[in-house]
Amino acid sequence: MAREALTGSRIRERRVMAGLKQADLARQIGISASYLNLIEHNRRRIGGKLLLNIAGALAVEPQSLTEGAEAALIATLREAADDVGLNQQDADRADEFAGRFPGWADVLAGTRKRVAALEQTVEALSDRLAHDPLLAASMHELLSTAAAIRSTAAILAETETLQPEWRDRFHANIHEDSRRLSDSAESIVTYLDAEPGAADPASSPQEEVEKYLNAHDFNFPSLESGAVAPAQIDAMIAEAPELTSQAGQFGAATVLRQVAEDAAVLKLAALRDAVAQDGADPLAVARRLRVSVPCVLRRMAALPELGAGLVVCDRSGTVIFRKSIEGFTIPRHGSCCPLWPLFGALGQPGSVIRERIDQLGRADASFDSFAVSEPVGVPLYNAPPLLRAVMLLLPVPPGSGRGAPVGSTCRICPHEACRARREPSVMKAGV
Amino acid sequence: MGKHVVLVEDEQNIAEAIRFLLSNEGWRVEMLANGSSAVEVIRKATPDLVMLDVMLPGKSGFEILHELRADPASAELPVLMLTARGQARDREMAEKAGVSRFMTKPFSNAEMLDAVRALTC
Repeated sequence: MAREALTGSRIRERRVMAGLKQADLARQIGISASYLNLIEHNRRRIGGKLLLNIAGALAVEPQSLTEGAEAALIATLREAADDVGLNQQDADRADEFAGRFPGWADVLAGTRKRVAALEQTVEALSDRLAHDPLLAASMHELLSTAAAIRSTAAILAETETLQPEWRDRFHANIHEDSRRLSDSAESIVTYLDAEPGAADPASSPQEEVEKYLNAHDFNFPSLESGAVAPAQIDAMIAEAPELTSQAGQFGAATVLRQVAEDAAVLKLAALRDAVAQDGADPLAVARRLRVSVPCVLRRMAALPELGAGLVVCDRSGTVIFRKSIEGFTIPRHGSCCPLWPLFGALGQPGSVIRERIDQLGRADASFDSFAVSEPVGVPLYNAPPLLRAVMLLLPVPPGSGRGAPVGSTCRICPHEACRARREPSVMKAGV
Repeated sequence: MGKHVVLVEDEQNIAEAIRFLLSNEGWRVEMLANGSSAVEVIRKATPDLVMLDVMLPGKSGFEILHELRADPASAELPVLMLTARGQARDREMAEKAGVSRFMTKPFSNAEMLDAVRALTC
């Protein structure tokens, strides 16, 4: 049946919209109500003068009855038919199916779209598996260990006359491999889970730094005295087992120097007193203590009782420091969401941005963010300052009001129509 | 004397299991855990079969296979590749490089022994 088969459904839809009874329309165009009923249920073809009469009675253009939004639906049904290799005869009846069972046709088309979206997600995750070096190495380790266990277990189970020394050796191998398998599986789960503070293996210098700082809960009592010699920081770095790369050691030393500089101008005890009086309001604290806002933001992140997160980026927008907070994902790979106030602060040096934000994704949490940028290094004639932006994230109790939506990174952000989107998301159609 | 296989595999426990299985079938198994010396050892040993892992320290299984195929003396040598890298493009790479048989880990012992027999009968 041709696509005109759906004309009947469209006539019915337009008649109902016009508030006409079937019998009234039939009377107007000079046919029986039962014949119109057959037309409306796509059981009779229609064209020519009768179509023009019906269009006239319904005050619509005849074309609007022969062409409609069902074209997309039928196209999707045909794609679904192609996917499963439906025979041509049945595939050609997609129009008839859509006309006679519009609800089921919608269900089928919706399911087909969802399958396509899920396939895209699988493809994206497969791509990640192929290109993420840590994940690929972990999967390789896991499969290799599984292969060893399978072969060895089969030897033990299937060899009737196994010499005791071989049997003991294979038992020991299985014991060793089962532990390796367990460790590999655990490391993959930890990596994929990416819980804040989780002890995961570092795959980049920045992750080494984060692991090191997490191990110390972002607190370094030995740097709080106010007079810290460079050699002291060098010794701390040298003793840190987490810092294995030169880049990781460089990054951690930069952070520790900043901690020491901040501690020299703002003691944690004084900050606690100020927060007790002004609340967790960085600007009020900065005014009371006459300390720069960036310093206050960094120091507030070091107060465990506030449970705050902190992100620092340089003028290129590269995240150079992160203290994770549950419910707010700071991507490990790729660029961050440009809607973060952190990046807004780069464009407004000196002004303090205060904004409530919600990160779209798994967690349903809101945060009060405070962001500011500051020049770093020594000023030079006719040279633009090297800026660095700092963003403090304070958790907001549930029910305190929603904030502006932001993402983590475009790749996994579900906000399809976002004005800041720079690449398609793999999280489509509610996946 | 039975047939001779050079097994290049850095996973010691897999190598031991394979050695046991092939020895029971009458094979003489020479084991290597590093890829760097594999081509030289294979050229000297002139085995009946080479079993190669892909991800090896020193030199990858693909590199070893390329070198073996480039040498007329080993161009036709049966090479069975065993790897946890089972993606289509790895298989394609191995086939382009001239592998005789490509198997992904984990595999069953019977499957591996069948492949060895098929390559050397």
